[in-house]
Amino acid sequence: MLEIQNITVNYNKSGKPAVENFSLAVEQGEICCLVGESGSGKTSVIRAVIGNLSGQGRVVQGDIFFEDEPLLSYTSNDWRKIYGTEISMIFQDTGAMLNPIRTIGSQFVEYIRAHRAYSRKEAWEKGVQMLERTCLPDGERIMKSYPFQLSGGMKQRVGIAFAMVFKPKLLLADEPTSALDITTQAQMIRQMMKLREEYGTSIIMITHNLALAAYMSDHIVVMKDGKIADSGDRNHILHNSQAEYTKKLLSAVPSLGGYYYV
Amino acid sequence: MFEPDDLIIEARHLTKSYQLSRYRFLTACDDVSLNFYKNRTLGIVGESGCGKSTFMRMAVGLEKPTSGEILFHGKNITERKGEELRLSRRHIQMIFQDPGEAFHPRMKVKEIICEPLFNFNQIKKSEMASKARELLEMVELPGSFAERYPHDMSGGQRQRIGIARALALEPEVIICDEITSALDVSVQQTIVQLLLDLQKRKQISIGFISHDLALVQQFAHQIAVMYLGNVVEILSGKEVSTKAAHPYTQALLDSIFDLHMDFSKEIVSMDSEIPSPLNVPEGCPFQNRCIHCMDVCRAEKPELWETEPDHLVACHQFKHFKYREDK
Repeated sequence: MLEIQNITVNYNKSGKPAVENFSLAVEQGEICCLVGESGSGKTSVIRAVIGNLSGQGRVVQGDIFFEDEPLLSYTSNDWRKIYGTEISMIFQDTGAMLNPIRTIGSQFVEYIRAHRAYSRKEAWEKGVQMLERTCLPDGERIMKSYPFQLSGGMKQRVGIAFAMVFKPKLLLADEPTSALDITTQAQMIRQMMKLREEYGTSIIMITHNLALAAYMSDHIVVMKDGKIADSGDRNHILHNSQAEYTKKLLSAVPSLGGYYYV
Repeated sequence: MFEPDDLIIEARHLTKSYQLSRYRFLTACDDVSLNFYKNRTLGIVGESGCGKSTFMRMAVGLEKPTSGEILFHGKNITERKGEELRLSRRHIQMIFQDPGEAFHPRMKVKEIICEPLFNFNQIKKSEMASKARELLEMVELPGSFAERYPHDMSGGQRQRIGIARALALEPEVIICDEITSALDVSVQQTIVQLLLDLQKRKQISIGFISHDLALVQQFAHQIAVMYLGNVVEILSGKEVSTKAAHPYTQALLDSIFDLHMDFSKEIVSMDSEIPSPLNVPEGCPFQNRCIHCMDVCRAEKPELWETEPDHLVACHQFKHFKYREDK
């Protein structure tokens, strides 16, 4: 469904590329996790897919196909048609994405009406329904609250609700749980797994938590310095990996009942 | 394992509440009693807003407790003021969460790590270069870093500078507030190893705040689990995975993604939200999220009961497993 062919992303012409010769294919309903340390180019890959590289970032080589359409040749009008409806994104900090002086409801209604010809009332109902589906029980109340009245986990779920309104085929998530507590993180991950089951959405998720990646993904890509260091399914990465870097990462993850220093 | 002679800081019934308006109080820390021992690590875990940072800040003296007392080698330090307070600060130092923001951007590394020494007149200006080099070597950084600015270092290197600054005065206790949460896992491991090496060499007591239970249990001698300002369980790090008793600790353990977990099973999580600290329920603070909630939990707040040696649980379920009567 999504095919990234050998892309290279560069932020300035003379410098070292942030991502080099990166290829990845994602099937319908597949969950793929990108793992790696900061600065390894995970975010650049996702931003290249959604056509939103920051600053002077350019894809200088390679191609990205989404359902056989070349995304790199899209104009901003073409993008507008697929943003939110075909491809959508969850950010690390949804709180920063929301306007602090407007209610969730007013932003949600605006977002829905920007994409589909809904009346205000219909859009409101759609919003409430979406919020309730993402385990925010009192949807009406959430719609009427301001972002500062919600906790971090609730805001992140609002972000998921925004992203899932139009049942996109591909969901991109950039560290959606790293700012959350572990109990909330577990709730969020269950939520995202449920979305895949209900809608058959493909998910590409960035995370630095190897155990989380192992839990939820069908395919794990380990990145280092802009290149793929290792890739494969859970079993390969956890048990059969030959790559030194993967082994080093795995040994650094603290584990319950594992190694004790004292 | 915990000898009374090694006791450095004893916090007794510390309570901190912030007045929001005339009749509304936010109790960040409710009757917390914890001890710091020489050469031992006390880990505090809990979700955001559970009062773990507030407790540590009171221990360092950055906040004044509303009630309760902190004994440093048997002397109450909460009453200290002025010069006496300033002098007492050198024994307890702190390392902060975000190494990018904890340093003055226009100070060189040597100025940063020697500043505490100048504050207490420990060295002369002329000795700065050699002392800085010595401290940098202690945290396994090259001596040439002394001339750098914080911005041209990586996160892990900056956190090492934080450790060097905290240890410059040779304190007896250092408090680490989420020092590894902004770092990558591989860097996190090296920082923790460094900290433990230094603990062994200098016999310091470490207070380690973290939300990562899996990390803390690897090296803490004692772990206090906090929930809504209350300590709900105290146990040793090694026992966390096997003997954790309180339902909240269990819930925390269940929601950890672990490399050795059973991947075919669905991850368990509590569906409810943490209640607002503004209206903590009467009785047990965990009652509305607890699967074992009984009538007594709604009426009466559980105290910490010692169920085994060095293992305390605040839960009505374990009241009858009391290990010793006289406590």
